[in-house]
Amino acid sequence: MSAVSRRTMITRGLAAAAGLSGLAAAERIADRYGLVPPDHGGIYGPGATLTFAAQRLLTRNSRAREFSRSQISTPPFANEIAPPSDQFKRLQADGFKDWRLEVEGLVAQPASLSLDEVRRFPARRQITEIACEEGWSYVAEWIGTPLADLLRAAGVMPQARYVVYFSIEKPWWESIDMADALHPQTLVAYAMNDADLPPSFGGPLRLRVPRQLGYKSVKFVNRLAVTDSLKRFGKGLGSASPEGGYAWYAGI
Amino acid sequence: MAETALSVDRLPDVAARADAPRHAALVRVTHWLTTACFLALLVSGLEIVVSHPRFYWGETGNVLTPPLFSLPIPASRATVPTGYGFVLPDQNGWSRALHFQAAWVLVFTGALYVIWGAVSGHFRKHLLPEAGDRSLQALSRALARHLRFARPAAADAWSYNLVQRLTYIVVIFVLFPLVIWTGLAMSPAFVSAVPATVTLLGGRQSARTLHFLLTVALVSFLLVHVAMVWSAGFSTRVTAMITGAPAPERGSE
Repeated sequence: MSAVSRRTMITRGLAAAAGLSGLAAAERIADRYGLVPPDHGGIYGPGATLTFAAQRLLTRNSRAREFSRSQISTPPFANEIAPPSDQFKRLQADGFKDWRLEVEGLVAQPASLSLDEVRRFPARRQITEIACEEGWSYVAEWIGTPLADLLRAAGVMPQARYVVYFSIEKPWWESIDMADALHPQTLVAYAMNDADLPPSFGGPLRLRVPRQLGYKSVKFVNRLAVTDSLKRFGKGLGSASPEGGYAWYAGI
Repeated sequence: MAETALSVDRLPDVAARADAPRHAALVRVTHWLTTACFLALLVSGLEIVVSHPRFYWGETGNVLTPPLFSLPIPASRATVPTGYGFVLPDQNGWSRALHFQAAWVLVFTGALYVIWGAVSGHFRKHLLPEAGDRSLQALSRALARHLRFARPAAADAWSYNLVQRLTYIVVIFVLFPLVIWTGLAMSPAFVSAVPATVTLLGGRQSARTLHFLLTVALVSFLLVHVAMVWSAGFSTRVTAMITGAPAPERGSE
């Protein structure tokens, strides 16, 4: 009996060791291919990692659904949560002429762009749905500069893995991997439904990430940072959302 | 073979299974894993619903859109008009994380169960209605027994009766696949790769509403299931599903 149980224990020990080293190897490979989200720790890490890895493999080049003009929601829902800060109101009073979008980090030419300079890039118009994690949604046309064009102009370095973007309204900041950052539908949006993007919807600049839930589409964006690691930002979990208990990846 | 009477048809199997567990180990393990996942999904799902207890039909819906129906409960978001003068605390962070993690475990558990059930013959032997039961008369007879709350037949102690079989088939092969489908239809990333997931359902809000109604159906099943287990002998049946111990009344009439 003891011989059997010893053999069983050795076998199980070897299996466990193989399993663990297999998992470790799998994690290294997954990380190399950008399949591990920055908030992969904790008890819900396995679920978050499975979702991100599976969807990254499935959706690397897929396009968010685009709708016809007749499907645009009238009126859209602004979901204003907090009143704007004094800093924002001062910029708004001047018609946002002093608004700047800083582009920094792993780029050959860091830049500080005015709204006019952002608008000088070829515009992309797309009618997509924005869905809140709460459950509601609306369809609108967003017009903006593809983030990929801004990044190319700034000269993204090859070791870049993420783009971190910040709202002027603290502490709202998010990040996306390069698959989403260079995706043709990821826009620095400045207009909506044929008018300037209203502040209630995130104007003057909102990052639109239509393949993820609304909370990744940060309003009032004034800074972009290209990076190879998210450890240096906030608590190192990738964005403000995981610090508040929400998933970094919101493709669900 | 097909003409043999119901009870006679079952008899040889009873003898052959004198030492067999009431439920196969895989059925027991997947049953309780599914139970745990379902309860986790239910609690976290309700918590998510509380942030917007309004349901719509079609592609879009928000507080500016008339709802198809609303739940008469307070919300955890101040932007939702509920008629209540207070807002519940936001619990969506852990709820969402638990919801999706439990969904993964449920999908793996379900896949294991379905592959095993098909390969081992479990579905053919225990879920597909028996040859003598594949008629409307058999169904009405079995339904009548259920509605009278008749004491379960002795054979029910080691295999499923017709109403159970049909119910389990609907739950396993219709309700669970649909609730997974409607859940995936709400994933903006997944539908970017497979748009038909949501377009076939008539839009994102239709998918969300169906996801909720399917949950209502699954909860109804759970309540009836537990009630039936209770009426058949709670501790015997639950023990059989935990340890596999055969029900003691087996063999006696």
